[in-house]
Amino acid sequence: MVNLIVIFMSIVFVNNFVLSQFLGICSFLGVSNKMSSAVGMGGAVVFVMVIAEAVTWPIQQVLNKFEMGYLQTVVFILVIAALVQFVEMFMKKYLPALQKALGIFLPLITTNCAILGATINAITFGYSFAESMIYSFGAGVGYMIAMILFAGVREEKLYNEEGVPTSFKGVPLILVSAAIMSLSFMGFAGMFQ
Amino acid sequence: MEKKNRLSILTNGIIKENPVFVLLIGTCPTLAVSTSLLNALGMGISATVVLICSNIAISMLRKVIPEKVRIPCYIVVIAGFVTVVQFILQAYAPDLNKALGVFIPLIVVNCIILGRAEAFANKNSILDSAMDGIGMGIGFTFALALMGTIRELLGTGGLLGHTLIPGFSIGFFNLPPGGFFVYGMLIAILMKVTKGKALKTKSFSCGVCPMYNSCNLAEANEEIAAEKAAMTQKGAQA
Repeated sequence: MVNLIVIFMSIVFVNNFVLSQFLGICSFLGVSNKMSSAVGMGGAVVFVMVIAEAVTWPIQQVLNKFEMGYLQTVVFILVIAALVQFVEMFMKKYLPALQKALGIFLPLITTNCAILGATINAITFGYSFAESMIYSFGAGVGYMIAMILFAGVREEKLYNEEGVPTSFKGVPLILVSAAIMSLSFMGFAGMFQ
Repeated sequence: MEKKNRLSILTNGIIKENPVFVLLIGTCPTLAVSTSLLNALGMGISATVVLICSNIAISMLRKVIPEKVRIPCYIVVIAGFVTVVQFILQAYAPDLNKALGVFIPLIVVNCIILGRAEAFANKNSILDSAMDGIGMGIGFTFALALMGTIRELLGTGGLLGHTLIPGFSIGFFNLPPGGFFVYGMLIAILMKVTKGKALKTKSFSCGVCPMYNSCNLAEANEEIAAEKAAMTQKGAQA
């Protein structure tokens, strides 16, 4: 139990997927311009990440049994792509409310490296099923936290770029702000091993 | 004429449409593996190999792949080449493979490769696609190497493991925040030098994303852009 808590806390704060492992940066920078999008995208990532982990972990055991571990990359990305399609169809039919909130973010998730990264990492670290579920849930939560915090910063502070040197307007300003936020997350380093 | 065109396709990826500094794609590997020059070069070359091979294969298959399932098809082709590269690295450069870690399999979802397949290889001839792959690959490797050089030099005071400036190191540049910072600074310098003309987009947006056509988020982003423009106008009037 303690082990699971340590895995969760460490992936949310110390090894935050976005701010210290650089996974999912594209969507982190692209979608964080509005709080509502950030929340939606974060929720969709948590949701898909947990389902993807639950599906890919048993598949890896089957692959290992037949000594085909090298097919990992090909199989995982295909499974994730199919899964995202399936989740989208399922939601449309049975959970229209959820579809409305998360639906538009789902196509983006297939090519989100955070999802594939989490599933591969859980296998590489040799986690048990329970541990990998907690790991991927934590990774999703960490992504969501980073996303929401950064969207807050961008909505409040970076909306109006008055007084910013011309060459720093737009992209460089966003990157430097992300650097400062990443720096603040470095404060968690060494808290959980 | 034909030859000149091919050459312009090649140089296009290196300078005019540099994937990292101009198109702002492939940011994950750029930030993550640029802690040292060696890692940056390893990542750049691996991605280039995959990019050239997948561009050629997808260009060959462009009349066979059905429009509706093209993205999964591209992903399978790319994943196949990534697995090959992974094997080669495991066999001949195990240390590099270990240093790059999860980012080697993650070449599969690298926006540059999927983006070029979608934007170029499925419309152009095999030779043109190969040229585009080489150009974009060199552009990506160059950007990574530049970031790697700066971060390794400032972070450890050396290059490729040799100490150049004894006793000098700013740990910040080796840490994750240093990646964001150096990337931001380089883009700011680029904007200064080209007077803001270099970047096609003023902010991170979805326009270059390979999933752009199947994604509704673009509309939401356009809304925000319009809102922002209205706000600045208001500010100017006041």
